[in-house]
Amino acid sequence: MIKFRIFTITSIIVLLGTLLTSGPAFAQIDLSGVWGFVRGQYGQENAGGSDIGDFTGIPINDEGRAVGLSFSAAQWSEPERQCQYYSPRYVSTGPFALNVWSDTDPVTGRIVAWNMGAWIDKDIVTVWMDGRPHPSVNAFHPYSGFATGTWEGDTLVIRTTHIKWSVLRINGLQHSDRATMTQYIVRHGDLLSMLTYFEDPVYLSEPFVLSSVWQLNPKANSSRTSPACEPINESPRLENTSIVPHYLPGKNPFANDYARYYNLPLEAAQGGAQTMYPEFRKKLKDVYHYVPPEKCTRYCCDSPDPAVKCIRDGSGQVR
Amino acid sequence: MKTVLRLETALTHSPPRRGGEFGRVLLILCLLSLCPRLPGFAQNAPSAKASAPIDLSGYWVTIITPDWRERMVTPARGDYLAVPLTAAAQKIADAWDPAKDEAAGEQCRSYGSPAINAAPTRFHITWQDDNTLKVETDYGMQTRVFHFGNWKPSAAPAAWQGDSIATWELTGPAPAKKSGNLKVSTTHVRPGYFRKNGIPYSANVRMTEFWDLFTDPSGAQRIMITQQIEDPEYLYRTWITTYNFKKEPDASKWDPTPCSSRW
Repeated sequence: MIKFRIFTITSIIVLLGTLLTSGPAFAQIDLSGVWGFVRGQYGQENAGGSDIGDFTGIPINDEGRAVGLSFSAAQWSEPERQCQYYSPRYVSTGPFALNVWSDTDPVTGRIVAWNMGAWIDKDIVTVWMDGRPHPSVNAFHPYSGFATGTWEGDTLVIRTTHIKWSVLRINGLQHSDRATMTQYIVRHGDLLSMLTYFEDPVYLSEPFVLSSVWQLNPKANSSRTSPACEPINESPRLENTSIVPHYLPGKNPFANDYARYYNLPLEAAQGGAQTMYPEFRKKLKDVYHYVPPEKCTRYCCDSPDPAVKCIRDGSGQVR
Repeated sequence: MKTVLRLETALTHSPPRRGGEFGRVLLILCLLSLCPRLPGFAQNAPSAKASAPIDLSGYWVTIITPDWRERMVTPARGDYLAVPLTAAAQKIADAWDPAKDEAAGEQCRSYGSPAINAAPTRFHITWQDDNTLKVETDYGMQTRVFHFGNWKPSAAPAAWQGDSIATWELTGPAPAKKSGNLKVSTTHVRPGYFRKNGIPYSANVRMTEFWDLFTDPSGAQRIMITQQIEDPEYLYRTWITTYNFKKEPDASKWDPTPCSSRW
């Protein structure tokens, strides 16, 4: 009997060992941690911000372009915009670190939600994992939007709706409150990669698709919550003028600057879906006879090597 | 644990002979389930093509949005934005001379594997054989070859695309593990440029890529490549970037174009 028990228990241990080394029955990758945004792409967007009139590679339609060209940076001085948050879409272009943590059901131990932390002007995003439905289209649109997640293999797929009207790009492009977003998040060791698929029937003619990467970095400057915003007017001359700063069609004095800086035709600078695809390059060559500027004069490098001396901003000064 | 106890109790109260047979059968099944993990059984392992958790074959087009002026067109001399280059690299890049490259027959310097994923290109991905995945580009008409299995690099001189070792990183519920991604490690690359305007990489450059495949809400397939590049001579730290490609229905937009130093 003793021999039989040892034999049986050995078999069960081997079986359990086999099962345990076979991997999880359900994909539940731990995404929690502080993820530092990796500086290696989105160069100018993470430096001084995109230039006015730089809509290259963005699938805006005519309405989206018109809104972008009507933009005046003085808008940020309006009291109602001083505390305007970034859209959750902006997570994909940074330069925010990403603080990710889960909420767990205390009884079942199941993850109820993943949270993606905030910044001083970016709202916390809660990604519900409990299968709850999205609310009515008429429900409140917070800056975070309403997000639900599912696992497809080892990919967390996040669907976000109810996004408040906000900034598509910091240089004036906007997205509407009908925009929706699908994000695909995968973890490769200490890297967290995200593909963002952003749709807007009002201002985009095609989905706006971006990819981004973060690296695990417990020392990265990140926050779980967004501190209360203190409205400050950075342009006092605009106070109490009762105007909404803007430019009428064709009157934006900065609209052509970006094209001029980089020898680009306006058709390229002012974006649209065609500028995302390689064949547009041929048009630049054959139709516009593009030649690059003789040398870089602004936003030329951002290398962390202190021995590299170059123009790091729009001032034209070598530092 | 409750299940184990119940099973053990049930076996204990069964006639010894019957329980002994059950236990032996159980042990044999357990050992058989372990066999495919043992080295000796690897000879019968399915090919890379057969075990692929994702299908990357087909025509793919890059989507160029971030760093558009550095990727879509030839950037200005001295435009090194987003590249963590060293001062040594800057010195070389500042002396970039496309005419000299042309004269030397080095027009493909900016088409090597460390540069090609960022380029305005299409990919045509096919299986060269059961353990070799081929990635062709129309931009510069380059061919990358991803070797699975026990492939060993030859002693041939370094080439623009280098030597790439590939593995599937299998995930998902066991034992099928039908999800996952492609991991590619590339070395032995002929020195070239990260960008068209002469930012150099050395012969010691190393690149690791993770290729993920997603289906977007419209039903289209998207590849996302996450790549890490190390170059002890010309990069101050590891350069980490991502790129994305959309699947195309056919070859109608495939447009092979030779390398160019200027355009």
